[in-house]
Amino acid sequence: MKLPRFLAVFLNWVEGEEVFPVPEQASGPFHSERIKKADPKKKPQTPGRKKDHSKLLSALYSALSVIVCLTVILTLLTTVSWLPRFGGDHNPVENEVYTRYVERELEEAGAVNTVAGMILDYRAFDTLGESNVLFIAVCSVIILLRADRKKDGSLNIPELESTPEEKPDDIIFRCAAMILMPVGLVFGIYVVLNGHLSAGGGFSGGAIIGASMILYVRAFGSEKLDKVFTFSTYKWITFAALITYTLLKTWSFYTGANGLESGIPLGKPGAILSAGLILPLNICVGLVVACTMYAFYSLFSKGGFGNGQ
Amino acid sequence: MNLAVVFLLTFLIVCAASVALTKDPLKAILIQMGFSTIMAAIWLILESPDLAITEAAVGAGVTGILFFVTLRRIGLIGGKAGKKK
Repeated sequence: MKLPRFLAVFLNWVEGEEVFPVPEQASGPFHSERIKKADPKKKPQTPGRKKDHSKLLSALYSALSVIVCLTVILTLLTTVSWLPRFGGDHNPVENEVYTRYVERELEEAGAVNTVAGMILDYRAFDTLGESNVLFIAVCSVIILLRADRKKDGSLNIPELESTPEEKPDDIIFRCAAMILMPVGLVFGIYVVLNGHLSAGGGFSGGAIIGASMILYVRAFGSEKLDKVFTFSTYKWITFAALITYTLLKTWSFYTGANGLESGIPLGKPGAILSAGLILPLNICVGLVVACTMYAFYSLFSKGGFGNGQ
Repeated sequence: MNLAVVFLLTFLIVCAASVALTKDPLKAILIQMGFSTIMAAIWLILESPDLAITEAAVGAGVTGILFFVTLRRIGLIGGKAGKKK
C-alpha cells in the first residue's frame, strides 16, 4: 500500500512496529514510497551509528520537554502573580451581570439556590448543550464498543463471549453495597429534586444515582437490572428527557425569558414546587446523566446493556 | 488564607505530582480519586457546595470506576486477564 512517509510510519506504529529508530526497511503492512525507491545496492547503516542517532534524539526530546514544561509553568505562575486578589472589591467579575444575578434572581427565577437559577434559567442553553454532549458521548461509545450479535447468534467480539460477567463472591463488599446502594439512590433523588432549594442539581444528583446503579450491578450482577433497563429503555428515557428540556426551554425563551411573564407560576420561594421550570429541567438533566453514567459502565465492562442487545 | 486550605492545597500538589510519577496504573487511579476528594473538600471551603458534590460524585466515583473497568478490560490490573499476560 503506497502512502506518504509520515502516514506509513504512524500506521506501522499503530500496528505495533518499531518507529524509533526509523530503519529504512519495508516492515509492517504499510510502506512509504521512499522505502520502495531506496537503492538496494546502498550499504545499510551500521547498527552502532543508528543507536547513537536515536539516543541523541531521545536526549534532545527529554531536554526539550523539560524546557517547554518549565516555560509553561513559569508563564502561568507569573500570570497568577499579576491577578487581582481573590474576592476583591474592584475585580472585573464584580460587574452588573453578577450584581443582577445575585440581587434579582429570587424574584425572576424563584430559586433559593442562586446557582440553580443561573444554570437552569439565565443560562439554560448551556445546560442543554451539556446534556447533549453527554448523549453524543454515549453515542460514540456505543459506535465504538457495543458488542453486536451476528446472524448465528455469536458476539462480534469473541473475548466477551468467553469471559462471562464476574460476580465477586465477597461478603464484605456485598454487605457494604447492600447498605450503601439504597442510601446513595435516595440521596441522588433528593439532590435532583432539591436542586432549586439546596446545593446540587440535575448533574450531581444524576451522577450519584448512576454511581449507585453501578455499585448495585458490580455487587449483585446485572441480570435483574437488564430486564428493566434495556437498550430501548435507555433510548426512550434520554430522548424524552432531552425533548422535554428543549420544548420547555423553547417556550420560556419564546415568551421572552429574562423574567418576563411566561404563564408559568413561580410559586413561593423555598417550597418544593416552586421556581417555575427549574424542577422539571433538573429532573430531565438528572435522568440523562444517570442513564449516561450507567451506560458508560455497562458498555465499557461488557459491551452493551439489557437483554435485547 | 487559613491553615486548613494551605494544608489541603499542599496535599493537592503532592497528589498531582504522584499521579504523574507513579508507574503502577492501579495506584495512579487511587491517588487520582484521592485528588478529587481533596478537591471536593477545597470547593466546600471555598463556599461552592454544588461543585463539591459534583466533584465527589464524578471525579472520585464514576471516573475512577471507568478507569478500573477499562484497565481490567485491557488486562493491566487484576483478574484473569492480568494473569494471562
